[in-house]
Amino acid sequence: MHELPQQLANGLALGALYGLIAIGYTMVYGIVQLINFAHGEIFMIGGFGALTAYIALPSGTSLLVAIPLMIVGGAITSVAVATAAERFAYRPLRNAPRLAPLITAIGLSIVLQQLVWGLYPDAKKPRSFPEIQGESFKIFDNLYLQRADAFVLVLAPLCMLALGLFVAKSRSGRAMQATAQDPDTAKLMGINTDRIIVMAFAIGAAFAAVAAVAYGLDKGQINFEMGFILGLKAFTAAVLGGIGNIYGAMVGGVVLGLAESLSIAYIEEIPGMQQLGGGAWANVWAFVLLIVVLLVRPQGLLGERVADRA
Amino acid sequence: MRHRSLLILTTALTTGALTLTACGSRDDNKGEGDSSKKTTVVIGVDAPLTGSLSALGQGIKNSVDLAAKTANKNNEVPGIEFKIEALDDQAVPASGQANAAKLVGNKDVIGAVGPLNSGVAQSMQGVFDKAGVVQVSPANTNPALSQGDNWGKGELKRPFKTYFRTAATDVVQGKFAAQYLYNDAKKRKVYVVDDKQTYGAGLAAIFSAEFKRLGGKIAGTDHVTVKETDFSSTADKVKSSKADSVYFGGQYPEGGLLSDQIKKTGAKIPTMGGDGIYDPAFISASGVANDGDLATSIGYPVEKLATAKTFIADYKAAGYKDPYAAYGGYSYDAGWAIIQAVKSVVAANDGKLPADARAKVVEAMSKVSFDGVTGKVAFDKYGDTTNKQLTVYKVEGKVWKDVKSDTFKD
Repeated sequence: MHELPQQLANGLALGALYGLIAIGYTMVYGIVQLINFAHGEIFMIGGFGALTAYIALPSGTSLLVAIPLMIVGGAITSVAVATAAERFAYRPLRNAPRLAPLITAIGLSIVLQQLVWGLYPDAKKPRSFPEIQGESFKIFDNLYLQRADAFVLVLAPLCMLALGLFVAKSRSGRAMQATAQDPDTAKLMGINTDRIIVMAFAIGAAFAAVAAVAYGLDKGQINFEMGFILGLKAFTAAVLGGIGNIYGAMVGGVVLGLAESLSIAYIEEIPGMQQLGGGAWANVWAFVLLIVVLLVRPQGLLGERVADRA
Repeated sequence: MRHRSLLILTTALTTGALTLTACGSRDDNKGEGDSSKKTTVVIGVDAPLTGSLSALGQGIKNSVDLAAKTANKNNEVPGIEFKIEALDDQAVPASGQANAAKLVGNKDVIGAVGPLNSGVAQSMQGVFDKAGVVQVSPANTNPALSQGDNWGKGELKRPFKTYFRTAATDVVQGKFAAQYLYNDAKKRKVYVVDDKQTYGAGLAAIFSAEFKRLGGKIAGTDHVTVKETDFSSTADKVKSSKADSVYFGGQYPEGGLLSDQIKKTGAKIPTMGGDGIYDPAFISASGVANDGDLATSIGYPVEKLATAKTFIADYKAAGYKDPYAAYGGYSYDAGWAIIQAVKSVVAANDGKLPADARAKVVEAMSKVSFDGVTGKVAFDKYGDTTNKQLTVYKVEGKVWKDVKSDTFKD
């Protein structure tokens, strides 16, 4: 168990990344009950936006200066794509049967992937992304925190705090809650629900862009396919935490990340379970956990904020 | 409550979709129309033209295209005009099978080059065999494809008489890697990781057996999932196992990230792999300096072969968008082998393509012998290349440098 702290740190960093992406699923679902399967691609496009911003900067720019600009560049791109998707793909289907926007989202995901594959220079192969240079931080003998992991572990709680305050305190945030509870009544009370829905898409996209920058800084590369699996995992995290609940998304992400990294490290050490351990089975254990949680608490760990709505 | 059931449905879909990760486009390339009186012979090409392995797939397609164009320009087979029909398999076995069916359905297709992945080849072999269409893979390395499922027990039996390859098998490659790592690099304790695919798992098993036979120790094993990107937990297991090297059976997208993440844990040990990681994208995928990482690949470096000079010059002159990559030379030779087989069939039939050309070409294939881009091209009784040259490459200063080229001896 010597490497337990290290594996916990790995799981936390991975989970925080899942959580940042999961916000996009949960906000949109909380307000319009749409599972936006194209959100993984919004994340990917955020990464390419950030890379474009980095390339546009004069070479030799310090990463300390570049990272905020990359986040801004990524967020502008992903928010633009997400709001355009809302306006042109989802809004016309607002009153259609629920399966129609779901299938549209899957189609949109394929389209966005192929567009980046085809149009972004050299995107057919992984594109290298600036990495945070330097040694890992040594915390204990058996715990090294890589700089990119530290970045996401600091940034994710800050983003969550900002989002929590925004939703609870600001005028727009309260309008968002009202729309989630009952869009028709909210409209009658003078809330511009279309604007609120666009805002939910935009906030989710901005969080995805932050996640994409964190991902790129950690892995040193981004590619046009990266949104698919991470999007599925983040969606899983959102369901695990209770879809529609913004804190649930982060909790679900962290639980999922920890489940993956601990199952890779320790399942194989249980006597008789050697065959069922290691990286090959991490997804299986993560989904076993999801199923168990949903059996016991169908509303997810923290519960759906909008569960009373039916 | 209606959307609760929808949520459960989509959750179930998600679980399933994790294994079905492919979506993409089809890239048909039928060449330009030609209405002269020459007989058209189509060489099918099947390779991943989209997706993360497209760098290799595009190189295969272009190289076969170059072989066909060269044959047409030199009038290699009088009266025959070669064309290629390239289909995209996205490295997915089911797509490969559908493509094989599409190719054999076109009566002008006389042979096919491809695929890249051994797993895809498994699903295509039966289709080509049934239709009696010759298939030459430039890159498949799994031994079972040509020597039967019991090759490990020494019972070699050729399952499909239509299957040939210009690439050496994993038996040769895995053993060569183990011998290099043990004898030349003096590594004694290796951690073995594979990607659970036909190619990767097979290669890792052959490597492990040979490494143990030489006296080395396997410090541990783990598996990664294709298209995943976070291997930090596996990387930390490698570090705490105190291994002095890592062997990875798999492809460059996962290999590059794995090597990168192992080095980030502070373990300064090299990762070695097969031809699946021998690609420039392995280096760019693994961002930080991964100097010292090793890969084996079939054949001698194309750039160093005297026979390859024309190929490289012609490829450049043809102005293809993507480089010929790791399998360009083998793909050109695979295409050229089909052209040579057609040539001998046509020559034996008074300069015309016989009605049973497909069957004749399969027969002629086993007698094909010529000096190709990668050396002497000929096939043994299993359809495997007789050329068993291999090279070990090492990453030095962000490029692959060849460190040892040799002919494999068992």
